[in-house]
Amino acid sequence: MVASKHQWKAWLYLSPAIVLLLIFTVWPIINTVRIAFLEGYNGMMVVGGTKFELGLGNFKTVMETGDLGKYLKNTILLCVLTVPLSTIIALLIAVCLNSIKPFQRILQTIYFLPYVTNSIAIGMVFAAMFNTIGGVNFKDSWGIINNVIQFFGGEPIIWINQGSTYAANLAVMVIYIVWNALPFKILILLGGLQSINKQYYEAARVDSAPRRRVFWKITVPLLSPMLAYVIITGFIGGFKEYTSIVGIFGEKMGPADDPGRLNTMVGYIYESLENGMQGQASAAALILFGIILVVTLINLQVSKKKVHY
Amino acid sequence: MKVVLQNLTKAFPNRNKKIKEDFIAVNDFTFTVPDGKLIGLLGPSGCGKSTTLYMISGLQKPTAGKIYFGDDDVTELSTENRGIGLVFQNYALYPHMTVKQNILFPLQNLKGADKLSKQEMLERATEVAKLVQIEELMDRKPSEMSGGQQQRVAIARALVKMPRVLLLDEPLSNLDARLRLQTREEIRRIQRETGITTIFVTHDQEEAMSISDMIVVMKQGVIQQTGKPQNVYDDPTNLFVAKFLGTPPINVFEGKVSGGKLYLGDDCVLDVGGVDDKDVWVGIRPEGFIVSNNGPLVCNLSSVEVMGRDSSIVSTHSASANPVIRSIVDSDLSVSSSDKTVRYALKPHKVFIFNKETEERIYFTNPALTNKTKTGE
Amino acid sequence: MNNVPSNVQKKGLKAMNEKDVKKETEKSKITKFLVQTVIYLFLFIIAIIVIFPFYYMIISSLKDLAEYKRSVPTLWPETIHFSNYSKAFETANLGVLFKNTLYVGVVSTVLSLVITVISAFAFARLEFKGKNVLFAGLLATMMIPGELFTITNYITVTKLDWLETYKVLIIPFLVSVFYIYLLKQNFMQIPNELYLAAKVDGTSDLKYLWKVMIPLALPTLISITILKMMGAWNSYVWPRLVANDEAHRMITNGLRNAFTATDGQTDYPVQMAAVAIVSAPLFLVFIFLRKYIMKGVSRSGIKG
Repeated sequence: MVASKHQWKAWLYLSPAIVLLLIFTVWPIINTVRIAFLEGYNGMMVVGGTKFELGLGNFKTVMETGDLGKYLKNTILLCVLTVPLSTIIALLIAVCLNSIKPFQRILQTIYFLPYVTNSIAIGMVFAAMFNTIGGVNFKDSWGIINNVIQFFGGEPIIWINQGSTYAANLAVMVIYIVWNALPFKILILLGGLQSINKQYYEAARVDSAPRRRVFWKITVPLLSPMLAYVIITGFIGGFKEYTSIVGIFGEKMGPADDPGRLNTMVGYIYESLENGMQGQASAAALILFGIILVVTLINLQVSKKKVHY
Repeated sequence: MKVVLQNLTKAFPNRNKKIKEDFIAVNDFTFTVPDGKLIGLLGPSGCGKSTTLYMISGLQKPTAGKIYFGDDDVTELSTENRGIGLVFQNYALYPHMTVKQNILFPLQNLKGADKLSKQEMLERATEVAKLVQIEELMDRKPSEMSGGQQQRVAIARALVKMPRVLLLDEPLSNLDARLRLQTREEIRRIQRETGITTIFVTHDQEEAMSISDMIVVMKQGVIQQTGKPQNVYDDPTNLFVAKFLGTPPINVFEGKVSGGKLYLGDDCVLDVGGVDDKDVWVGIRPEGFIVSNNGPLVCNLSSVEVMGRDSSIVSTHSASANPVIRSIVDSDLSVSSSDKTVRYALKPHKVFIFNKETEERIYFTNPALTNKTKTGE
Repeated sequence: MNNVPSNVQKKGLKAMNEKDVKKETEKSKITKFLVQTVIYLFLFIIAIIVIFPFYYMIISSLKDLAEYKRSVPTLWPETIHFSNYSKAFETANLGVLFKNTLYVGVVSTVLSLVITVISAFAFARLEFKGKNVLFAGLLATMMIPGELFTITNYITVTKLDWLETYKVLIIPFLVSVFYIYLLKQNFMQIPNELYLAAKVDGTSDLKYLWKVMIPLALPTLISITILKMMGAWNSYVWPRLVANDEAHRMITNGLRNAFTATDGQTDYPVQMAAVAIVSAPLFLVFIFLRKYIMKGVSRSGIKG
């Protein structure tokens, strides 16, 4: 009696979650896959009562989109540049932070600040810092970053405005994304470092291990589970990069003279969706999911070999 | 290499921040560890023995005092340069390295004149592994081994670079009773074979007594007594040392000296020459009792436990500071457990008396003592 | 001593002579000092880099446009223009945006907490058929990237005629499998005996949940609340897609919309003032609830 009473009670408690998940999580998974394989699926035409045939047309359209290569390149470049860079810097900071006593807490708090920001809002601040004001030939102001560069005797660069190069755009994005990614990585890695038994370090001192060797032979291996976690989640996030670009460049996803220059896969998905091309959007989302899955599996495979215990 | 500890003191800021005074973990510790000996640092937990060891290792800096290895002042020298080996209480084996990698690790850090070739390192590692009998386990990881095996690896890792001083922090406390007995013999053997000056910390007096060349008994950061284990046992300088050493522990009574006689309650038990009349603590070793029909100490018999050659007699007495008195006597002496009382005579050299306030030892003379050659110095 | 392996005996560590000991002592002291200095230098430089955008945001928001545009920038505004803030409020219509975001944030957080708590309770304390399968199924959905859901959800809410309503901003993302998982783990740590004892005393499930489990799991609930609120504050893509009208627009969206031009005649100080206003609540929450945020983040690793 008690058991059966509990049965319906349990389902009662779970019903709101299950209903919502069925509508907004389970159905979308099924439906998105379905739509992806319906030739030229399009919201407008559904209303018109059109029936769609099964086929790979959407994938073909996505592949043949002239800019797909650009989107993929942007996505992959940002991923490959930002993940290792932010991981290495975060690791350095975490190790240094773990080795000091005075100022540790306050510094840790400061480093966490970028996490509690709105990535669009602070993106606008970064844009302002890199922004030049004035025409193409004459600048009222080169912007604060260029001012710093000039202070150290360098040549100013047009970072994000009209006439900027792709490399300069990318550099700004990398700086912003790394800046934004540091807090989470530092938090996880510092947590990992603090959970390493101090006695291993004492033992290493007794064994006369030099600093560098302690870092490579003790710290990195013992931290490898956290490093793997940070890298894997970094790659997954990197492949979905979108809002930080909107933060810097606005919805045009590029400098004024070349909109869409920095568009990514996710950007493309939303663009297609807004244009009513749901079939294409679904196909692109599946392709992205496939890429993320493969990269994650590779990551896991590598970390299985490298992650100790 | 002898190790000289001179006025070594370690103060920690008090944990309770309201108390401004520092907590003195080790206070004015002066002792010389002779070359090639095995020294046991002994005391109850929290007595500062581990802190002393950590100061010798350099992992903690003394607040005051000096440490010499041989003639070198190493007080300010960092751990890395001290050339010591340290076996941690929980071994601190690197969990991600195999046994072999763990043992090789210290060798790979050697620099300058001590630097070894890969071949030499392997030979050394193998030799040490043989010494501690783990050569079959070289490719295992620490998590795949028993506590005893891990302990041997820890010793091997500490020994492999042939340290000038070997330090062991409670090396046996994480082992089960049987393994503990076996391993302490191993440590003794390895120490003898290598001849490395060794200092080990323990709270287990039996362990320290059984394998040390010398013991140092500590209490609240202060050395109580040093010496050969047997000498310290036979001739404790204060009540703490007397109580700390020996199993079963010493029997403590509240006694009274009057006219050169020692009274326990109403029983006049011993001649104690040269002691003024006063209240005293009296310690009697379990083996200091002689069952005797006209013995002066009359106790109420509780039980008799025959343990082969010896019997352990449990009894009570009004002057006893402990709930029961435990004596170890020859099994041949017939004491029936049905008896109501048991009467003892005492062996004078197994009886110690201590000042009631300071708990310091008070020496006395006794005809039986002067005839015998005293075991103490 | 016959047993001593020959090699071991020969190759003991060489004792250092007095000069060496002094030298080594000195050397390690200097190295230690140098290393410490370099570490602090590095950490402080990074701290400056981290803080700089915030500093730049604040000083810029207080300048007038002419001072902002100067070719040699000033490190602190010559005259302080708080008027930028009121202008920002008008330009970006921040009042409405705040109200919308707060409404969506509070309602979705409360509903989400209720659903998370009762679901986690069912998973942690009640026995029913298929529990493990269901739970594993839920966890599996966590691996799917959100973009996949967005497409169909967009179609669904369009069909439901929910576009440009508050519903569409609140309901689709009420259930977070991750929060259920987090809270379930937390509930499981509370000994089952407490529950059985409560049953013996005739306490109802809900009362037990309210009196025992929720207080014990409070830190997790606070973390979830904060992360959920931050999520509402920072959400951009979905609101822009489904409710980008004046009446329902959320703060991030509105901010980006109000200042779109990267070139041209943007009033930068006003823009920076708007950004500062939008960032301020997050900072305040962070200052007071730092512990919960950092704990929540280190366990979840999910932004918002």
